[in-house]
Formats: sequence, C-alpha cells, structure tokens
Amino acid sequence: MTTLVRARDVRRDYPLEREAVHALRGVSLEIEKGEYLAIVGPSGCGKSSLLNLLGAIDAPTSGTVEIEGRNVGTLGDREVTNFRLRHIGFVFQRFYLLPILTARENVELPMAEAGVSAAERRQRSTELLRYVDLGERARHRPAQLSGGEQQRVAIARALANRPSLLLADEPTGELDAKTGQEIISLFGRLNADGTTVVVVTHDESLARAARRIVHMRDGEIVREEVPGG
Amino acid sequence: MRLVLALASLRRNRARTILAVLGVAIAAAMLLDMVMLSTGMRESFRALLLSRGFQMRLTPRGTLPFDTEASIAGATDVTQKLRARPEIDLVSPVLGASVHVLRGDSSITAFALGVDPSSQGDYRLAAGHDATAPNTIIANEDFLRAAGARVGDTLRVAAGFDPQLRTHSGERALVVSGRARFLYLAAGQLAVAIPLRTLQQMTAREDRVSLFMVRLRDPSRIDDVRKWMRIALPTIDVISTADAMARVDERLGYFRQLSAILGAVSLVVGFLLVTTLVTVSVNERVGEIVVMRAIGVSRAHVVQQIVLEGTALSITGAVLGTGLGLVTARYLNTILSSFPGLPAAIDFFLFQPRAAWTAIGLLTACGVLAGLYPAWRAASLPLAGTLREEAVA
Repeated sequence: MTTLVRARDVRRDYPLEREAVHALRGVSLEIEKGEYLAIVGPSGCGKSSLLNLLGAIDAPTSGTVEIEGRNVGTLGDREVTNFRLRHIGFVFQRFYLLPILTARENVELPMAEAGVSAAERRQRSTELLRYVDLGERARHRPAQLSGGEQQRVAIARALANRPSLLLADEPTGELDAKTGQEIISLFGRLNADGTTVVVVTHDESLARAARRIVHMRDGEIVREEVPGG
Repeated sequence: MRLVLALASLRRNRARTILAVLGVAIAAAMLLDMVMLSTGMRESFRALLLSRGFQMRLTPRGTLPFDTEASIAGATDVTQKLRARPEIDLVSPVLGASVHVLRGDSSITAFALGVDPSSQGDYRLAAGHDATAPNTIIANEDFLRAAGARVGDTLRVAAGFDPQLRTHSGERALVVSGRARFLYLAAGQLAVAIPLRTLQQMTAREDRVSLFMVRLRDPSRIDDVRKWMRIALPTIDVISTADAMARVDERLGYFRQLSAILGAVSLVVGFLLVTTLVTVSVNERVGEIVVMRAIGVSRAHVVQQIVLEGTALSITGAVLGTGLGLVTARYLNTILSSFPGLPAAIDFFLFQPRAAWTAIGLLTACGVLAGLYPAWRAASLPLAGTLREEAVA
C-alpha cells in the first residue's frame, strides 16, 4: 500500500499565560491510502489537535506532517488553503453547514471555490446527495433537515472535490444512536469505495467500524489495535 | 457564488438589514443634498448669467449692477463705440429706476428696466408683444395682479414722487403691450420694462444707463475686449461672467463650508452604520467563516464576500437615498428660494447627475472600506483555535 499521511515526531504546544499546554508530545503516525483509521482516547488527550494537523488547518510546533509527500507545515496560507480544498475533506461534530444555503448549494460551495463549472457542480452535487441518500432533499435548507441528514450533507460537502483524505471529528457526537449507526455505515461504504477515512471519536461502535484504532493519552499514541484482530 | 452568499447573509436578518439600509439612505440623502447645495447655487447662478448669452456686464466704476443710483453718461456714444467693435455681437443698454403706477389717490411702486427691446436680455415675453412703441410697457404677472391690470390696459406711470408736495413727476400714459418673466429679479418683485428712451425721459436721466450687457461673437476673445474697454471706457467697470462667478464664490464660501462639514458627517455616519452592521453580522457567524476557511475557501474570497455585504448595503442605501435626497432638496429649495432679494431663477439645490454619482460613489467607497476591517479580521482567525472555541461554545 502507499503511504498517504506521514507524521513524524509531531509536537503541538498551546502557549498560555503562565505555561504552555503540550497537546501533542512527539506523535508519529503513518496512514496508508484506502485505510480506515479511528483515533480514540479520553477528552484532552490530543485527538482533535492531531486531526487538525493531519488536516492542515493547524501547524505543528515541531515535527513534520506530510500528506501525499508534501510537508504541509511549510506551505503558505494560500497554498495550504488550496491544498485543503483539493485534497482533504472535513466532517465536523456540529455539521457547520451554511444555514443560508440549500443542501445542494452547501455541497457545491467547495466545488465553486475550486473553479468547477456550474453544470459539473450540479451534476456532481446530485450524485453526492444521492450517494448519501438525500437526493430528494437537495433544495432543503439545513434548518429543514434532521441532525443525521445535516451530517450526511456535510459528508457530501466533504467529498465534493474528491479528496484523497476524509477527516471526521466526532461525526456522531451530536446524533442519536440510530442516526449515528447510519453515519457509521456511510463511512464504511465510503472507505469500501476507496476513500481514506480518519475519524476522531468517543463512540465505541464508530471506532470498531475502523480497520485500525489508535489510542491516545496525554498527547501521545499509547497503543494501536486492529479490531477483531 | 460569493455574491449569492453575501446577499443571502443580508437576507438572514431582514429587519436589521432594512434598518441599516434606511440609515444609509438617510445619510446618502443628506450627502446628496450637501453635494447639491455646495455646487447648486453656483451653477444655477452661472446658468442664469449665461442664459441669454451675455458674457460681460459694464457698470459705473466701483459699482455692481443696480446696487446704487449711479449711471453711465453718454450712453449713445458708448453704445456706438461698443457696437463698432468686430468682436462684439450684441449690446444691450439698461437703465434701472423705480416707477409708480397711479391709481386714483394711491399708487403702486415697481422696479422698471429701461431697455432696447431688440437687444434686451432681461426678460422673456410670455404673452402679448414687446414694448417697441415709445408709449408701451411690459409687466410681470405679480405687477399685473397688484395693479389689477391686463395686457391692453393703459396705465398712468410716473418716475418720481415728491413726498412734501405729494406730486409725481415724469408721468406718462403707457399701454401694457405684454406680460413677461424677468430673469434676474426676485420672486414676488413687481417689475416692468419700458423702452429705454421713454424711461430716460421720465426719469430726466437723458442719455444715461445703469448697465450695458455685452455678448461676444467669440467668448474666447473676452480678455482682448476687456483690455480695450479699460482704455476706451475708463469710467466703466467690466464684469465678466467669470468675475461675477468669483464674487459669487466668495459670498457662497459659507454655504460650501457648511455643506462640506454636513456632507462629511453623513459619510462618517454611513461608514459607522455599515461597519457596525458588518461587524455584528461577522461576529455572529465566526464558526461558519472558520469552517469555510477550513474546507478550503481562500482568505481573499472570505474578505470579498464580507466586503460585498457592506457594498451591497451601501449601494442599496445610496440608491434609495438619492430619491429621498431629491425629494428633500426640492422641499428645502422652496424654503430657501423664498429668501428676500434672490432672483427667482436661482436654485440652491440644483440636481446634476454628477452630484448623484458623487454621493453614490462616496457611499459605495465607504461601504467597501467599512467591510474591509471586519472581513480581514474574520478571514484571519486561527482555524484550529477558533473551531475549538466554537465547539466549546
């Protein structure tokens, strides 16, 4: 398999008034293309900080993060933004859809930013909304959708520019158990279709759906396991 | 997409957007009115001076037209000298005087212009025919109303009154041959025009005039003509339209300062309104903006979208304000134009497309500037830290 993400001895400190918080203390991790990885651990262990670094929305205090062979920590704002746009899809716990746009427009937003033509945007957003079983809700605004539906629209948005890496931060955190299961199934389907998926979660069932689980504590990776292995 | 997002953001809180647009519209109306006020009276006065094509006024030395009883002697000779110059197209001699229209024991006093009807530039005939015969008179509507006269009536008109003897002098019977609108006289002022020779005889000011109005064939020769006049007519002052405008500018300095200050205040109010609204709106959706950045929307595009919101607010308010400004300008103009002694044709608020474009342009520029700071601030938020704070919130 090919390595998609390589993090080497990554540290992330958040300076506070008196002393710095060491969110990550020398984390090294490799993620292969097509992998389905879950990062688990107690609150404050550094899961989200690691995910932010893997998604190039934050830069390490030291160490390197390479995605598709590029050291994203050295990229300027314009370059790293463009890199995120074309290579990384994000799913957040609180969905963060734009309430003023319809489901279709939300999905089309990253495509518009990437300069995809209107006709292609429409075709691809239709396909993506069908993929997440929301083909009939394209014209609905987020306020007219349930939590699970909103999260599926957010997943469709994350897939808009066919990213090589899909990152999800507690994607079932705001959902009930049944709806959470639907999202877990969707991630499984996405991974089966070739998307590399990394989820940060407290949800045991979501973590168990992954092919590899990374356990973190106090800013370090303490254990890895293969579910059922 | 950015415009769609900007407009959708403004629609999100309609009441607030409408109130802000109204605020900007009021600021725009005030700004437009101030721009109109700063240039309107000047342009209106210039248009009035040039309305009949006379570029020069010749007055007795040291005086302005009709501001004293002073007059120019040897009017016939001066007229001939002027008409002999090839650069001069038309010469209109004018004598100003007060006349009394006698009605039994009472009389009505009016301002009379002695003119040569073939070259006059003081009035426009509205009815009847010009005062070409020696015993005719042209009057304005206000005079006819006050005298209870109509075109065709004969009036007893005197040029002088001795209050001790209570007798009139220079009395003539004049036939009202026409009704006219006098260009340079104040609204409500009773005015008549009488053939120059007749008025000179009535006032015992033989061969004297108060003023010459001169029209040039080629206005660019004005300096040459003025130079000649200074030598050939040493007892006469030459006032060109440019001179008159310079004097008007001096006297209107107060209006321009006032309008500049009030215009600047309206701009600042508009700027603060848009800045406040955009800042509040941006603060409410920090999470959305950070997520947009996280999914790959560039900082420049976020800034553009937010600036577009401010610009859309400003343009909408400015366009509405233009209409509002025109309505208020018309109302204010009627109040200020009734100021005593001003020519009825003078407008304080003269609409010029340039004034409207200036007001709209200034407010739009303000809208862009007003959106820039909150936009840049929002687009520069640290993504990871803000997402964490939003998640906690």
